Formats: sequence, C-alpha cells, structure tokens
Amino acid sequence: MTRTASFASRFAAPVQATASRGASSGAAAVARPVLDVGASVPPPKGTLAQIAADFMLPQHTSANRLPAPEVVHRAMAHDSAWKHVTGQARYVDDLPEPPGMVHVLVGSSPHAHARLLSVELDAVRAAPGVLCAFSAAEIPGRNDVSPSVGDDPLLAENEVHFLGQPVFAVAAATPAAAADALALAKVRYEPRKAVLSIEEALKQKSYVADPHAMRRGNAKQALDNAPQRLQGNLYIGGQDHFYLEGQVSLAVPGEDGEVTLYCSTQHPSEVQHLVAGVLGVADSAVTVEVRRMGGAFGGKESQASQWAALAALAARLTGRAAKMRLDRDSDMVMTGKRHDFLVRYDVGFDETGRVQGLFVELASRCGFSADLSVPVNDRAMFHVDNAYCLDHIEIVSYRCRTNTVSNTAFRGFGGPQGMMAIERVMDAIAQHLKVDPLTVRKRNFYGRGRTNITPYHMRVTDNVIPQIVRSLLASSNYARRRRAIRNFNRNNQWIHRGIALTPVKFGISFTMPHLNQAGALIHIYTDGSVHLNHGGTEMGQGLFIKVAQVTANALGVSVDQVRPIATNTAKVPNTSATAASSGADLNGMAACIAADTLRKRLERFALEHLDARADQLRFAGGRVRLDARREISFVDLVRGAYQARVPLSATGFYKTPKLHYDRQRSSGRPFYYFAYGAAVSEVALDLLTGECRVLRVDLQHDVGQSLNPAVDLGQIEGGFMQGLGWLTSEELYWNEQGALMTHAPSTYKIPACSDRPEVFQMHFWERGRNSEATIHRSKAVGEPPLMLAISVFSAIVDALSDVGQAGAQPILDAPATPERILMAAEALRSELHAA
Amino acid sequence: MAREMPPEAPFAEAARDSVRFILGGELRVLRDVPPTRTVLEYLRNDERRTGTKEGCAEGDCGACTVVLGTLEGTRVRYRAVNSCIQFLPTLDGQELITVEDLQCPDGRLHPAQQALVDMHGSQCGFCTPGFVMSLFALLHNHPPEALADVPPAASARHGTGTQTRSAASVAQAPSRATIQSALAGNLCRCTGYGPIVDAAQRMYAFGSAIPQGWEQRSANKLRALHQAKAKGALALRCGSQRYFAPVSMDSLARLCAFYPQAHLLSGGTDVGLWVTKQRRRLETLIYTGAVPALQHIREENGVLEIGAAVSYTDALRSLSERYGKDLELLLERLGSVQIRNLGTIGGNIANGSPIGDSPPPLIALGASVVLCRFPEPGTARQGGKRSAASQADAPTLLRREILLENYFLDYGKQDRHPGEFVVAVRLPAPPKDLRFHCYKVAKRWDQDITAVLGAFALILKHGRIVEARVAYGGMAATPKRAHACEAALRERSWNPGTLAEAQQALQNDFQPITDMRASAAYRMRVAQNLLQRCFLETTQTAPRTRIYEELPTP
Repeated sequence: MTRTASFASRFAAPVQATASRGASSGAAAVARPVLDVGASVPPPKGTLAQIAADFMLPQHTSANRLPAPEVVHRAMAHDSAWKHVTGQARYVDDLPEPPGMVHVLVGSSPHAHARLLSVELDAVRAAPGVLCAFSAAEIPGRNDVSPSVGDDPLLAENEVHFLGQPVFAVAAATPAAAADALALAKVRYEPRKAVLSIEEALKQKSYVADPHAMRRGNAKQALDNAPQRLQGNLYIGGQDHFYLEGQVSLAVPGEDGEVTLYCSTQHPSEVQHLVAGVLGVADSAVTVEVRRMGGAFGGKESQASQWAALAALAARLTGRAAKMRLDRDSDMVMTGKRHDFLVRYDVGFDETGRVQGLFVELASRCGFSADLSVPVNDRAMFHVDNAYCLDHIEIVSYRCRTNTVSNTAFRGFGGPQGMMAIERVMDAIAQHLKVDPLTVRKRNFYGRGRTNITPYHMRVTDNVIPQIVRSLLASSNYARRRRAIRNFNRNNQWIHRGIALTPVKFGISFTMPHLNQAGALIHIYTDGSVHLNHGGTEMGQGLFIKVAQVTANALGVSVDQVRPIATNTAKVPNTSATAASSGADLNGMAACIAADTLRKRLERFALEHLDARADQLRFAGGRVRLDARREISFVDLVRGAYQARVPLSATGFYKTPKLHYDRQRSSGRPFYYFAYGAAVSEVALDLLTGECRVLRVDLQHDVGQSLNPAVDLGQIEGGFMQGLGWLTSEELYWNEQGALMTHAPSTYKIPACSDRPEVFQMHFWERGRNSEATIHRSKAVGEPPLMLAISVFSAIVDALSDVGQAGAQPILDAPATPERILMAAEALRSELHAA
Repeated sequence: MAREMPPEAPFAEAARDSVRFILGGELRVLRDVPPTRTVLEYLRNDERRTGTKEGCAEGDCGACTVVLGTLEGTRVRYRAVNSCIQFLPTLDGQELITVEDLQCPDGRLHPAQQALVDMHGSQCGFCTPGFVMSLFALLHNHPPEALADVPPAASARHGTGTQTRSAASVAQAPSRATIQSALAGNLCRCTGYGPIVDAAQRMYAFGSAIPQGWEQRSANKLRALHQAKAKGALALRCGSQRYFAPVSMDSLARLCAFYPQAHLLSGGTDVGLWVTKQRRRLETLIYTGAVPALQHIREENGVLEIGAAVSYTDALRSLSERYGKDLELLLERLGSVQIRNLGTIGGNIANGSPIGDSPPPLIALGASVVLCRFPEPGTARQGGKRSAASQADAPTLLRREILLENYFLDYGKQDRHPGEFVVAVRLPAPPKDLRFHCYKVAKRWDQDITAVLGAFALILKHGRIVEARVAYGGMAATPKRAHACEAALRERSWNPGTLAEAQQALQNDFQPITDMRASAAYRMRVAQNLLQRCFLETTQTAPRTRIYEELPTP
C-alpha cells in the first residue's frame, strides 16, 4: 500500500489542499525532485519527492476533530528556513553585544588527576583589559552544576579530576585579552595517579553509581542447559556531539541580583536552577531564553549549565553583560560525550539460533562525575533486548568513574550501545552456526502472547518489526543481493562486500516518569495573530514548526498566523529537557491542550453571542463556520470575544499517561510506546587498507502518522548518518596522560558529504500509526533512526566473515576505522593460513 | 593613494598602505589593519555581519565559507574560501561576498538559497550560510545555460511545473561527484547531506538570469576597483606588526633578505592556524600571492614548472593531465575546495609537513624545487634607501635548484637559507614506460589528513622494473623516499617474490609512529599493502582494487 492510499483511507470528505505559508513554504510543500544523476544510481524512491507529492493530492477529512490536512501531516519548511539561508537566523553569538560586555574564558587543568594546591590570580587580574578573574573561592552560592547528584564543580576545588577541567575564569574586554591573561595564572598541582580506562576503573571498582542489574527468568540455568554457548566481548567507542555551534551563553545582569541568560541549551529550566544556585539567588531571579541552537544532540542538555553559570557569575562580579563561548577545541576537551562501552556476553542458544539464555555485562566510561550517567546506562540496559524476546536474561551494568571528562546525553542516550551489544550477539550466533544472521534475528523477534515480555517485564503490544522486516526484505532485494555478495567475495580477494539487516525498537519516554510533563502558553492577540510558547527548545529538529502546525490546526488558522517564540523560563516554568525524542510528543500535546482551551472559549462565545449551532461550528482556514449559512473570519471572532471580555491567553499542561517503573526491581512500564524501524546496508571493504564505503542503504521507519513528513525524513536521514559516523569514522583518542588528541574537525572525522551512501532509499513504515493516543497519532523520531546505522556495522562484520574460515568470528570493535577493519581482516587471514 | 614605502622597507616599487576590496557592492578601504585579523573576525565584529559563522577556526568545517570574486580577463572567477583562517589584507583587490549579499534587490532569494529552502536543506541552520556560499560558487563556476527563466517561487509552487523544471535541471546540474567535491569542505551534523545535494541540483532549475546578473555586477565593481589603483604593492603597519604584499620577485627577495625572521604567507591554510589555534603572534608577514612571477604554470622541453604561489585548484589540471587519475584523485581529496582554492604547492613544500599530500608524489616523480634569495644580505638594506627609479639595475637574484627529496632535512627543518624562498617546483619529463600510482589512506575519504600516503613511479619494460622511485608520507618525520624498497625493486622482474622482498625492505626504510591517526603497526602494514596494490594494478588487467569505483550489488 502506498502512503497516498493510506491517507485516502483515513479521511472521508474532500478538503482543498492549499499552500499556507506563502511562497517559501508553498515551495516547501513541493518535493525534493527525483533527479537521475547517474546511470548506475536508481532514482531514490523514498525521498521527500515521493512522500511530499502524496501530500499535494486532495486529502479527505470527515470531522472537525480530525486534523486538517493542510496544516498537520504535511511537509512544511522549518520555521526558520528562510532565516537560515539568508544568514538572518540569530544564534547567541550573533546577538548585538551590550556595551561594555566582557568575554569570559577559563583556565583548565593540565593534569588528569591532581590535588589543587593553590590558585593565584593577581597577575591575571592586573593584565590589560581584564575586569575580573575568579576561582572556586569567589562563588557566592553552591559550587555545583550537576544535573544529578551534586558532583560537578563549576570550578575545581581541592582536586582536579580530568585534563581540561576548568579551574579559574577570567573576564576581559576582548577574547584576546582574556586569552593572554589566562597564561599569567599561577596554579600549583600535585599530580596523582589517574584512572583513564574502563578496564582500570573496573579493576579498582571505581564507579560513579552502584552497579545495577536487570533480570528476567533464570539466565544461569538457561545458559547451563543450552545446546550451544558462546562468549565474547565488544568495545564501542564514544562520540563527540560536534554540534556546529559550540557551547555559548550571554548573561545580562539586572537589578536586585537578577540575571537574564541567552543560552544555547536543551534544558533552560535546569540552567536557570543551577545558575540560581551558583549565584545564591532564588530561581525566580534568573531567566533563561533559548531561541534556537546550532545543533545539540544531547550535548546541550546538562552540559550547557557550566558555561551559563560562568557567564552569569562574571556578569555578577563585573556588573556588565558577559559572554562565555567555547571555541571548538575547548568545547571538545571540556564537555562530555557519548559513553564508550565495554560489553561482555555469554549466550546460550539452540541449533536454530534461538537464544535460550543471555548474560550481558555493560561497563561504561562515565568520566569523573555522575552527570546523566545513571539514566544513560539504564537506557542501555533497557535496549539490550532491542527487538528480541529474551526469556532468560541477566544484564549487569557498571558505571565507571574515570579521570576523563564527564560523559553525558547523546542522541539515543545509551540505547545505541545496548543495541550494539545484542546485535553483536546475533551476528556471533549466526557466524557460529554458519547461517545468515537475519535468520537468527528473525528467530528471536518479539512476537505475540508469551514472546512479548521485555527484560523489565513490560509487554510489547505495538510491535511491527516482523511486518517492517518483511516489507524491507522485498524492497531491498535482500536475499538475491546477499547471494550475489557471497559469490562476489569468493571471486575477489582484495575487495569484499557485506550486507546486513538490523532492526530498531526504541522505547519512548523519559525513564524517570516525573520528567514526562510539559507546559505551553498561547496568546491570541486582537489582530488574530497567535503567540506560541512552550517548554521545548529548537535545536534544528523542527519542533517549533511541528508545534505551530498542531496549534494552527487546533485553532483553525494558517501556520503563518502562529508565531513560535523563543523558549523562556519566565513563560513556561519547570520544564523538562528537550530530550529523549519527546519534544513534539510532550510540547505538541501541551500546546494542543492550550489551543483547545482557547478554541472552546471562542466556541462558547460564538454559541452565546452569535447564535452559532453547536453541531455545525467549525474552525478551519482562518474562518469560523457558525451554521449552515454563516461564517466569519477568525480575526472578527477574536475581536468580538475580546469585546465580550473573553480571556485570550491560556496555558496547557500535559503529562504522559500509563507510566510506572520500580527501579529497585527493574520492573514496570517505563515507556509509553516504542518506535520501530529496520535498515539494510551494503558495504564494500578494501582488504589492503581497511577502508570502507557504504554502497547502498534501504530503510523503513515508523514515525506513526507524521506531523511533518519533511521534518521526520530529515531526522531519519540525519540520524542515520550520525550513527554511521559513530560506528565508522568518529574516533576519540586520548593519549597516555589523559589528553584528548582528537579535539577539532582536523582530527575528529564526522561524516562528510561523500560518505553518504550512493543509494539511500528511505521510507516511512506505510501503516505507521501510534496505537497510543499521542499528538495526532504521531511517533517520536529524534533518536531512533540513529540506531538504524548499526546495520552498517553488521554489514562490515558480514564482509569480514568471508575473509577467514567458515565460522570464524571477526573481532571488530567500534568505530570500524580502516585500521580496525584491516587488523580484523589480518587476524582472520592469519588464522586461515595457520589452519 | 599610493605612496613611498617607509624608509626602512626595501621595496622596489611604490606601495599602498590601505587594503581595498568590495563588500556588499561597496568599496572598502581599510588602514591600520592588524595583518593577522581574520576575514571572519572582521565580518562578525567590525561589519556586524553575523551570518558567517565560526565552527572550528581551522578551515575544516566550512561554516565560515565566503566567496571571493576576482577579475580574470573579462570574466569573474568566484572562489569559496574559509574566512576563519584567511587574513584580512589578502582580500586586497577582490570582491568579498557573504551570505547577507545574496538576496536579490526585489526580495527573491538566490537560487542557492531558494533551493535549500525548497529541499529542506537546513535543520539547525548553523552550517547553512557556509553551504549557501559553497553552492553559490558551484553554480557560478558551473553556470546553467541561458534558459527561459521562471521566478523560483513560482516554479516551485506547482507540482507539475516542478517536475518539468527539475527535468530541465537534470541536464544542467553537474554530476554528483562534482557536487560532492564542491561540498566536501562543509560539514553538516543534522541533515545527512541528502537534502543539500538535492538542493545543489535543484538550483539549476531556476535558470541563468540571477547568476548572470551577479557576474555582471561583480565585473563592473571589480573593474572600478582596479581603476581606483587597487593594484600594486601593499605595505601595512599596525602596531609592531607588518604586512607586505610585493608584486615583483625583486621586491620579494629584498623583503625576505631584510626581514629574515618574517613569515611568508601564501594561501594561509597553514599559517592561518598558527594564529587561530596556536595564538602565535606573527610580527612580519610577506605575502607571495601578488607576485605574478610565482603564479605561472609552464612546460618547456618536457619540464613542467609550477610557480610557488599557484593554488592546488589551478595546478590540478596540468598535473593530472600529465600523470593520470591517481594524482588527480589525490589532489581532489587534498583538503577541500576552500583549501585548494587558497593552498599552494609551494606552501605545502615550504612548511615541510610530514603529512603534506603533495610532496610524496612529487618526490617519486623526481621533482626539484627552485629556491631564490637576494645576493648579498648587506645590500638589501641599502636597497631600501634607494629610490624606486634606481631599482631597474637590481642585481640578479641567486637561484638554486635542488631535488625535492633533499629539501626535507628533518621534522620541521628544511634546506632553506635565511631570506630564501621557494619559487617553483619543477617536474622532469616523464620517462617512457613510466607507471605512476599514488594512494592516500585516511579515516575519511574527503578532507582528512593522511595516515599513510604511498607514491610509486616505476619504469616497467617487459615485466622488469628498470627504475623505481618510491616515496611515502606519514611514515617518517618528513616525506621520504624508500631507498631500501627501491633497491629491492630495481632491475628485478616484477613478480610476487620481488613484491614480498620490497615489502619487507620497507621495514628498513621506516619506523613509523603511533598517534591519533593510526598505529605504527597499521602504518607499516598499509605501506606494504599499498605497494601490493601498485603491484596488482601494474601487473593485472583491470584488477578490482578500488572501493570508490564499486557500485551497489544490483
């Protein structure tokens, strides 16, 4: 069934589809045209061209409560697209600088671990252009910017815990003056032994939190009884966020201890609370505003607070506006990354590949403090099952404390590492049994009845993996290509190919239930324009346009009439981070509730004052139908309501239902629903150098009923490529002193344009519809597609599996750099020659 | 106004003390410019043009991409460059174009901008201005033919119309490889590049009127600029910092002799980083880019000579025509368009980086380097006191030519005397029966610094190796010839036994190091394997050894 058909069947009566955001968004509704750019490249069927074209067709609707197709479920340009391309979109560093503003820089530890004996800043203070310099001693409030347990000092005190840890700060008239002054500080250290690896931390039982276990069934017994058994391990490297805009905050001091911060953060409320703590003022004295971020990916969830607090403190001490911006190298050295993981597994299975018992140990590098490592590692545990039913399983997680920067949230939040573990197990079983890994995967998929219980005892009731996989196998010609690839590898010594299909099942909700709440604030002005505010932040993911679509739909106005306003802690308080893919689910629903409140007030006004008929009252296209013969414009209705003293401002509040989780027993329903997808990737390896190219990717992903197909497709494609980088070229390298040596794009290689697969066919899962009552039955899309790239890693393993003897296990860690691939191939070759 | 040089500066010609360029269609005349102020700092802080972003301050991410327009004959040449590492005075005589300049006066977006909006090519938007400028340069360097123009918005609004327009654009748009090459220097962390590549094709659907209008306006402005005496030498002073842009070899030589501690600046793709990354203070800079005598590419008696200030972009064609696709591929993977537009072969050699990509193939091909200096150090000072008129009888400059392989002495140390500078690289006539291959290995295909680079020049006759020149990068403190390996190859039959011995011999040639790019063991193994690839490609017909040529399994 095509996407068009699925939409046609959903609605009944015709409604004219119109371009509603003027020329630029009218253009946006048009497809990315399918261009034939080379004879060998088939046209990209899954592109926006096809999907958006479907949305150009007449759509159908039957009831006022159903979304008007010209507003939601429609491909619309990012709310700032026009500003992006003209350079008018302002980021924090682009804001006009208040007169006298100071620039703040930090001096950092040259040791991975040391006692801090003294910090002497007199010479710094005396340097030209310097307005103030401060260390931990000058902090008026709490010296802490931790999002969790209070172990993240703003500036180091008594001890430094990683190389690059901020020790003191200087505020000067220019960045150059600040940088020159930094060198004048006299800081004395007494170096201590540092823990720099996961292995060393495990040996020393150095943890940021207690080890945690999750159990279902009896893994030990099942392992003992299993006909076949394999053990192995896998190292999975970390990942730098590499948002193009580095961390930045601008603090403007107000009266009576107040401060306003313009900050690039996913979590304005937490920044507000931590800044207030550092300054020793009430939360109400601090306002944080975020218009947009130049990318975040989790890296500006907990990691933005430190720089915001330093700017705020400098503003407090100088009485001037203060800007703290990290340059690329400082950003990479001083801010946390995706956790690297060491995985050990012991799996028992039968001759068909069905897993009978599994024991998995996950050990991660958390860095020097807890930060978000507890929930990150929990989420890794929650995703060790991925799409597979594991009846007898035990997962033990170690949260290792090391003398490296404190690792943090990153798109997927531990989930990708958990999935990598089980996908390695699936590949290992298949190689051992000498069968197609897909056979093993299918053998273990979640099913119905007794085969749908997760290791945390939640029932999987919305599983569509078998259907997605069936569809993807057909569209990708998996079986035929796999046969051709085996044949290719037999006939080619220096280039091998591999192909793999991997599934994704990703749990949607913050696993701490209380975080699943959101607020919105909507004003309607008397000219009919709508001011939209909610707790979610815009980092490029298209949240603002999605929520604007939802709001416009609820009020029956065009999206043009709805203005998304910068996120501001003074408008919607106590918000959760825009994280966990939850932005549109939570804030879309909160905005919808606020807009519904306003519409209902307007409805009541129309019924009471305009004699509207309740059964015919309808809001659409900026018009309000009162009965069979009469309609008025939205603006006129609003003006009338104002005259009648109807309040035109409303808040909306939403909390996700059905969630409960007992962490002690690792049991409950931590997720409202799951997002699903699957990908088939084909790679070619150069067995002389280990270089790898991704030749073709086919994927299908379930976004439910997409709020904005253009935005969702962008998340899928971008997420996949980010996952591809994580697993192939992005390698973090620390030297023996604990210094990060890959701290700029010259040494840290995120995917470039030519790393995009030659053929990349993306499709939404055609029957996608959220079985839970989410906003217009859409599904969260931010994180899940990243994990589709695990198919690339498995394809590399598949290509290597033809190098050695049949059944030989390629030893490949992530990222699969040319070096790792070549060394894995060499190991297999020498085994082969020895045999 | 042109004026005499300050008395202590030994300039051969009158020089200006102001930088002149065009920005936003207007003439900018800047005096008292700190010579190492970057174009990006200037744009963001002095002009408050904040559309251009800083992403890395090392020319690797492309967020700061701007376009420079220069007059070449009657045509305008547009080059995308990284403003974060380019020094402000090097703008002299050019047009600087930023993302703020692109919108038409009537409010329409430039095709590069409109196509990005249409194709959903921006998410967070921070890299977008850089992509806009790279697309702008792509469009103007591969212009669409004149078509009946349709206003962009109108053409995009109607589905069927778009199909027609996009069909027209297929024939117009450059190949995917060209597009990828044009965008290789711009990193995007959000989109996965697909929508941006689509936008690169779509912008060809908007016809030629806007691009042609642009070029016409640029040409007029640049002609006016040149008439305003923006040619000739430049001598700037700001505090204790000095910047010279001589226009003659003689002046260049005098300046180098007079300021032996000065840093020579060509493209600045390395020197720029000394300032932005190492925060070095460079007191005196002598810019080589305005000296026409360093800009030549010529072939005489089979010898190819490339001036030291020739950019990679300009050198690429003559080198690849002469030595084939491997060298072409290597040079196309060197840096990015932005880097190749500025970076020079002379600079790559002069700085002596162990991982520079051009020296190994040049060494294997037997290149020599021409160095030049002013004859007697003592006379340079007197020279400065002479009037410009008496420079006509300037003494002949001292030139010497040495083999490139002998130029690299040790890490960071080259055979270059104080006051001496690189004039040109010379490549001897390719011998008959030359088989040349070179291979670069890095973590990423495009714009990555080499882990190992192998260059192999073999003279093969009837399966025998008559002569072998082998050079590697990334294997030692300098780009280096593999003498032991060559000895194992020379005068031998080219067979697996010879290969094995030559591979073994590489262990006598090199003791590579371990760093973040690769381990010592990997480097050695790849060095050996690259020789094996060379063996396969010189002994088999159409061996399958190149993954970039592989297509997906049907």
